[in-house]
Amino acid sequence: MAVTNDLIQQKLTAKFGEGFFHFEESYGMLTIEAPKEQNLKVLQFLYEEEELAFRFLTDLCAVNYPDLPGRELAVVYHLHNLADNLRIRLKVFTGIENPDIFTASKLFSSANWMERETYDFFGVNFVGHPNLKRILNVDEMDYFPMRKEFPLEDQTRRDKDDEMFGRG
Amino acid sequence: MTENHHHHVKLPEGSIEKQTTTLNVGPTHPATHGVFQNIMELDGERIVSTESTVGYIHRAFEKIAERRPLYQITPLTDRLNYCSSPINNMGWHLTCEKLLGVETPKRVDYLRIIIMELARISDHLICNSIVGVDTGAYTGFLYVMQYRELIYEIYEEVCGSRLTTNIGRIGGFERNFSNTAFTKLEKFLKEYPSVLKEFENLFTRNRIFMERTIGTGAISAERALNYGFTGPNLRATGVDYDVRVHSPYSSYEDFDFTIPVGSTGDNYDRFLVRNEEMWQSLGIIQQAYRKIQEFKGEEAEVFHANVPEYYLPEKKDVYTKMEALIWHFKIIMGEVDMPKGEVYKSVEGGNGELGFYLISDGGRAPFRLHFRRPCFIYYQAYPELVTGGMLSDAIVTMSSLNLIAGEMDA
Repeated sequence: MAVTNDLIQQKLTAKFGEGFFHFEESYGMLTIEAPKEQNLKVLQFLYEEEELAFRFLTDLCAVNYPDLPGRELAVVYHLHNLADNLRIRLKVFTGIENPDIFTASKLFSSANWMERETYDFFGVNFVGHPNLKRILNVDEMDYFPMRKEFPLEDQTRRDKDDEMFGRG
Repeated sequence: MTENHHHHVKLPEGSIEKQTTTLNVGPTHPATHGVFQNIMELDGERIVSTESTVGYIHRAFEKIAERRPLYQITPLTDRLNYCSSPINNMGWHLTCEKLLGVETPKRVDYLRIIIMELARISDHLICNSIVGVDTGAYTGFLYVMQYRELIYEIYEEVCGSRLTTNIGRIGGFERNFSNTAFTKLEKFLKEYPSVLKEFENLFTRNRIFMERTIGTGAISAERALNYGFTGPNLRATGVDYDVRVHSPYSSYEDFDFTIPVGSTGDNYDRFLVRNEEMWQSLGIIQQAYRKIQEFKGEEAEVFHANVPEYYLPEKKDVYTKMEALIWHFKIIMGEVDMPKGEVYKSVEGGNGELGFYLISDGGRAPFRLHFRRPCFIYYQAYPELVTGGMLSDAIVTMSSLNLIAGEMDA
């Protein structure tokens, strides 16, 4: 039978139980939210289950929601079933104090650098990652720039004259 | 005697016992086309291991985008894969249109396809001719540059810029294509096929080129899929995944084209796949141009959809009509709010699936914008492709993967 969002929802509920996931549909893409300790179990199930077969990791990124206490950082996985052309979005939330998420790099080699980028910009600690260090920013940087608390411009610069930029 | 002691060079620990040579390729190196660095351990000419460093051209696009209204983000997207910036622009406009729920008229879709396929030809020409340069053959590169000039002239007619085009608007184009643009397009369509044929003749059955590229930098389809490969690099391994066919956008379903597929995923297959894709793109442009010529009368003047909140009204209306004046003010001052929502849209860029993940919280700027950059993702596989091979093959592999630093780092 055709794989639809409903079928995916049914299979996930059958495997993990009612109330385990939070389902949403956004512009046609099913978005599921899972508890962060179970992210690998969910990814593995989506990969191995014959009818689901989400075997291509399209994207891995993070989002900072400063207004959700205890759930400030969300890691978002976009998965794709190439054979049936189906996409799904998996979100796992974590608090900003101990942002530990299990690494998906054993399952998907493409997650390696994507998780490094997420660590570099948001500070998400991927447990079990072979080489978790900064990738795009300088190694000496001691903060995580994409978090909302950091403004766009570097506040430590003394060489720019704000009077000239209309901000004096 | 004592003076001599001060001039002794202090060698690092273990550097005399070490059996391999450390070679630093890049970041500024004539063979790396862009700024990225590889620290290679060599045993003679064979590569034992390599470590890549990226981020030399990171410009914080995702952070900047959180402060810019939608149409101000288009110039940022230009600078991702700067060899084919119209495709990035169109991808971004399609993402915004998906969020806003805008339907574009067919003529706009066909014009967009012409521009995107021209960009794809431009990108593949650079990549293939640079593979030639890295094997020592400069003639092809210099010869096809003339024809990239024709493509740049067509962009210039439409949007004014040649490389970083900022072409199109949400809903369509900023102006209708002039007759000069179509004349230049006809000139390109007439002259280019014979040039591409000559370029092919220089390389495809060239003994030296074949010996350099067959069997080097190979990857299997399973490994490529696991590494997140998309685009010509994936199609060279045998997987026929093309976003234009899988999830058609901008009326690609109205066109007839085939997806060339390789078998071994080595440098030669990548070259051939890109070459054949250029022929297919040429066919698509010819079909699109014919379809555009079939629009008559008023339909032939349509160049954008009706999106008053994001599309600047014509100046003569701004000076005479009240609604146009209000919209002009609101757009320029950035007082237009987007609908709340979360959308992921991808297009087939020169290197594969270029995705835009846009989260809007109902403000004037995105809450979060993430670019799914194909170059960044498949460059991870580079150590696996070159380990065990020769240094010169590693250089050819690097250019045949079509690594564009702008897309890697954003």
